[in-house]
Amino acid sequence: MPPDLLEFEEPIGVLLKEIEALSMLPQTPERQRSIERLQAEIESIRADLYSRLTPWQRVLVARHPSRPTVLDYVERLFTEFIEIGGDRRFADDHAVVAGFARYKGEPVMVIGHHKGGGGDTKQKVYRNFGYAKPEGYRKALRAMKLAEKFGRAVIAFIDTPAAYPGVESEERGIAEAIAYNLREMAALDAPIVVAVHGEGGSGGALGIAIGDRILMHEFAIYSVIPPEGCAAILWRDSGRKIEAAEALKLTAPDLLAFGVIDEIVPEPTGGAHTNPDLAASLLDGPLARALADVSTREPAARLEARYRKFRAMGNVGIAEP
Amino acid sequence: MAWFKKARTPRTSSTTEKPSRVPEGLWVKCPDCAQILYNKDLEKNLAVCPKCAHHFRLNAAERLRMLLDRGRWTEHHAGLSSTDPLGFTDTKAYRDRLRTAEQATGAKDAVVVASGQLDGIDVVVAAMEYAFIGGSMGVVVGEKITRAIEQALDRRQPLIIVSCSGGARMMEGALSLMQMAKICAALARLDRARVPYISVLTDPTTGGVTASFAMLGDLNVAEPKALIGFAGPRVIEQTIRQKLPEGFQRSEFLLEHGMIDLVVDRRELKATLARALRFMVAAPALEPQVAVAAMADADQSSR
Repeated sequence: MPPDLLEFEEPIGVLLKEIEALSMLPQTPERQRSIERLQAEIESIRADLYSRLTPWQRVLVARHPSRPTVLDYVERLFTEFIEIGGDRRFADDHAVVAGFARYKGEPVMVIGHHKGGGGDTKQKVYRNFGYAKPEGYRKALRAMKLAEKFGRAVIAFIDTPAAYPGVESEERGIAEAIAYNLREMAALDAPIVVAVHGEGGSGGALGIAIGDRILMHEFAIYSVIPPEGCAAILWRDSGRKIEAAEALKLTAPDLLAFGVIDEIVPEPTGGAHTNPDLAASLLDGPLARALADVSTREPAARLEARYRKFRAMGNVGIAEP
Repeated sequence: MAWFKKARTPRTSSTTEKPSRVPEGLWVKCPDCAQILYNKDLEKNLAVCPKCAHHFRLNAAERLRMLLDRGRWTEHHAGLSSTDPLGFTDTKAYRDRLRTAEQATGAKDAVVVASGQLDGIDVVVAAMEYAFIGGSMGVVVGEKITRAIEQALDRRQPLIIVSCSGGARMMEGALSLMQMAKICAALARLDRARVPYISVLTDPTTGGVTASFAMLGDLNVAEPKALIGFAGPRVIEQTIRQKLPEGFQRSEFLLEHGMIDLVVDRRELKATLARALRFMVAAPALEPQVAVAAMADADQSSR
């Protein structure tokens, strides 16, 4: 199977091989028609598969190694990007990107996790596979405070497996870094639009994901724990990840129904990685609308609405006598 | 030359699961020093081993009793319960887990919110209940703690949260995760309004609870040797493929790394909180002899 295909896309792989075999032979009008027929078949199989993805299949798509990154979106939708670095405390965390940019001509602050997607192993190691450390969260907050200072909006791209679970993370206070961000973002006097475009991995994702409007990509996931971890704890068998993925209700439609997110951003059939240009243009509309909407509000009203939004989270699951 | 051939080697505390709650029955063996203790004596000593100062885990009611004057308080929002919003089932239905936990603890979820007085100062206290699904934080815990914060804000009374939790509750999915955001948003308001918040971290405080309210106290106070961290020790061991050093993620480790202010023996906890609160709110300074009396009173109310 071609490396870009996921395990459940095997039927597509088979057809791709047939096409490959046919392309090796001398071209004839008849062979050309066969190839076109096969390509149409692939499209129809893909459309069918992606119209009814299971939660676990969505996990695979969301984690696809070529899933577009924050910088892929910056390149396509933003101009004048200048990356800024460092938390002014300890280090610069490459798993989190922050920088000035223009969106629709307006200056904005972009922040986001970066898994090193699309790159080689070296690139992924450089980004620590998107596992941010305390300095990453502190850099992001520093960037957001700059946005507040200069009256700019913040656009946050969420895509991380989790905060880095290592010794130095604990030593430098990963829990405090996330907690402090949650508190400060809730009260940050700047419009914030969040796009959960890949993997919304628990507290590591949430640590830069408080905002006035939460967008989520069609095949992205957002969860309190990875399905493997959940299965290992509750089923005592990480192999039960497929059931755990079902049970956790981590898909965009589920989270929309629970009020955790505000809007689903459509993706190209086959996932954002199959067509990053199209993925970017599909994000453009919802992002521009959300940003325009929250930016026009009075600051006090915007902060009050943000508070109310998160204050109501979970009401759906509470019974009061 | 030794008089006895075999020196008794006390069992050292290990990172493995230790029986935390004071077990039922007349006699208890301390899991740390292996001393056999009379249950009544242990209770009188706030469930701290008189020999080695091992801190047994307290339930929410015991915690409130030791912190609040004359062991009296008013409980709030006790009726809130989870509706199982995800319809979650693993090897067991979440609904059944909730029912079992309710029967075992007599509580509807993993936190008790109360108001009362701590050394004469009106306070709002939220004490977590570990016996209720590992003290995990779902929508009910999130809501009750948020209401406790709002109550502290309305009344301008100091807030104390005693954490004892494995983190966010998996069975309520992303809704549990969002409780971290909800509580921190409320804490932002409390902070801006300059109302004091003291976080008391007890064994264990991990995951989403540490990464939200437990780390945000104006003062973070921990009981000795409590496990406090974000990622679980086993997860970290898998990441680094090494055994973790002794004492990693214990209170003293966090103190050393600047994450908490104090490690305080439970028997000194109330007096320490009372003293700290007097820095934060308008309350008369304690005369030396009154201070002693207050501590004696604190001791009595908790015994």
